[in-house]
Amino acid sequence: MTSDQIRQVILDILGRIAPDEDLTDLDDARPFREQMELDSMDFLDIVMELRKMYRIQIPEEDYPNLNTMGGTVEYLLPRLKDVPVGA
Amino acid sequence: MLVTILASLYAASPSSDSRCRRVVSGRNARDLVAVESQSIAFGRLRWGVPLSDLDRIVITGVGLTAPNGNSLPEYRQNLLVAKSGVVNYETRYMGPVLAGVCNFDELRYQKKKDLRRGTRAGSIAVYCANEAVKDSGIDWPNVARENVGVYIGITEHGNVETENEIYEISKFEYDTKVWSHHHNPRTVANNAAGEVTLNMGITGPHLTLGAACAAGNAGFIQAVQMLRLKEVDLAIAGGVSESIHTFGIFASFAAQGALATHEDPTKACRPFDKNRNGIVVAEGGGICTLERLPDALKRGAKIYAEVIGYAMNSDAKDFVLPDSNRQAECIYLAMKRAGISPEDVDIVSSHATATEQGDIEEAAALRRVFGNSPKTFINNTKSFIGHAMGAAGALELLGNVPSFDDGIVHATINLDDLDPRCALPNLVINQPREIGPVKCILNNSFGMLGINSVVIIRKFQG
Repeated sequence: MTSDQIRQVILDILGRIAPDEDLTDLDDARPFREQMELDSMDFLDIVMELRKMYRIQIPEEDYPNLNTMGGTVEYLLPRLKDVPVGA
Repeated sequence: MLVTILASLYAASPSSDSRCRRVVSGRNARDLVAVESQSIAFGRLRWGVPLSDLDRIVITGVGLTAPNGNSLPEYRQNLLVAKSGVVNYETRYMGPVLAGVCNFDELRYQKKKDLRRGTRAGSIAVYCANEAVKDSGIDWPNVARENVGVYIGITEHGNVETENEIYEISKFEYDTKVWSHHHNPRTVANNAAGEVTLNMGITGPHLTLGAACAAGNAGFIQAVQMLRLKEVDLAIAGGVSESIHTFGIFASFAAQGALATHEDPTKACRPFDKNRNGIVVAEGGGICTLERLPDALKRGAKIYAEVIGYAMNSDAKDFVLPDSNRQAECIYLAMKRAGISPEDVDIVSSHATATEQGDIEEAAALRRVFGNSPKTFINNTKSFIGHAMGAAGALELLGNVPSFDDGIVHATINLDDLDPRCALPNLVINQPREIGPVKCILNNSFGMLGINSVVIIRKFQG
C-alpha cells in the first residue's frame, strides 16, 4: 500500500469508531485527540482494527507513533508496503 | 440510625410479625389456608394505620419502548386495538424465530458512537430513562444528581456481547488477541443502569438487578425501598431486555420445548390457550421516575399512581418449574403490606408466558387468591408483545396504568380455546372490557430459579 492508501484505511477506521465526527478537514500534523473526541478505548479500537485487518501487532511502546495521522502513516508504511489494499 | 429507619419501615405492621413469619414459612396447603385468612384480616386492619406521607411513593413519569409502542399513549392504544409487536426475526446460528422487536429512536438521546460503545440494554435504558424524566416534568437541569438512584431490572446480561465476540474471533481462528477491549464494560452486570448514569450525569447510586423475569417489578421495588430509606430523593427505575440479540435464549427455550412457533407471528403468544406452545422472546424497556409523595406534590407533579404494596419471595423448589403455592403467598404478602383484600384489586396483570406448566400454576394461584373476588379482572400483556424478559414486569404494569383514567381493561389476546386448567374468573378475553372506575392494579412477575415478585399500585387519591 502507498501512503495515500494507508491514510484512507485509517480514515475508514476512524469513521467507524467515531461515526459522529466530520473528518474531511483532518489535519495530518495535529494529534487526533485535538481534532475529535477520541479516548483511550477508541485508540485501542484503531490498534484492534489494524490487528484484525492486517494481523499487525503494535506494541504498547509504539503507541505514541499513532497520535497523528502523519505519524500513523509513517509508522505503518514500512509494515504495510507489501500488503495489497483490501487484504 | 439504621435500626430506627428499619423500625419505621415496618412500623405500619406492629402486630404482624408472627403472621408474617407464617406467610414466609408456609410449606403446605394447610399452612397456606391459614396464611390466607390471617393476611386478609390483617390487611383490613391495616387500613387504619396509614403510612407517613414520607413513606408514600408515587410514579410521576413514564418512559418505555415496547414491540408495539414507543410511548405510553402509543403502547396503550395498541393494547386496546390488539396490535401485536411480534414479528419474524432472524438469529445467528438458529435462523428464523419469532420475536418482539422494538423500533424506538436510538439517536434521540445518544450519539452513534454511544451506541457503538454501549449495549442494546444500555441503549434501551437510556431511551426510557430520558423519556421518563422528560415526561415527569421535573426541573432536570436543577436536580441534585447525587440524590438520584437508578435501579433497573434485567433477566440476564452479557450473553449478547459474549456471543458477538466469540463469533468475531471465530473469523480469526479463535485468536483471543482480537477479543474486544469493550467486552468487560459492556458485560458487567451493572451495564444498563450504568449507561443511564453516564448519559444523564447522575452521580447517585446505580444498580442493575438480576432477577430473571421478575426483574421489572424488582426495579420498582428497589426504588420504593431506597426512597423510603431516604437513600435517594428521585429514583429512575424499571426493567429492560436485550435478550433477542443472542441466539442462546431462543435455543435454550427450544431445547426445553418452550419456544413458541406459529405461522402467523401475531398469534404465536397464546397464554391460557389450549394450543399455546411456548414463549415469544421480546426486547423492550419500561422505566419510571418515582418520588416521595411530598416531593411530588410540592412541584405539582402529575401522579400516575401510588405504589402501595410489593413482595418478593422464592419457591426454593426447582430451576425452571413455578410453584403456585409460593406465587399465592407472594400475592398475599404484597396485599398485606398494601393493607388490602383481594376484592380491593380491580385488575390483575398476569405473568403467564404461554408455557404449559407456567400458565397452569399461575392460574391456580390466581384462582386461590381471587376466586371469590367477583370484581377483579385478569388480563395478560405478553399475548401482544411476547415475553420482554427483564422489561416484562415493568411494561405489563405500565400498560395497565391508563386504566385509572379510562376504566378499561385491555385483554389477553389469542385466546381462542381456553385450557380448562387455566380457567380464571373474569379473564378478559380477546376484547378490552370497560369495568368502570379502576382504583387498584396488581402486577405479577415470576422467573426462573423460583423468583416471584408482585407490585400493587393504586390510583392516587390525595
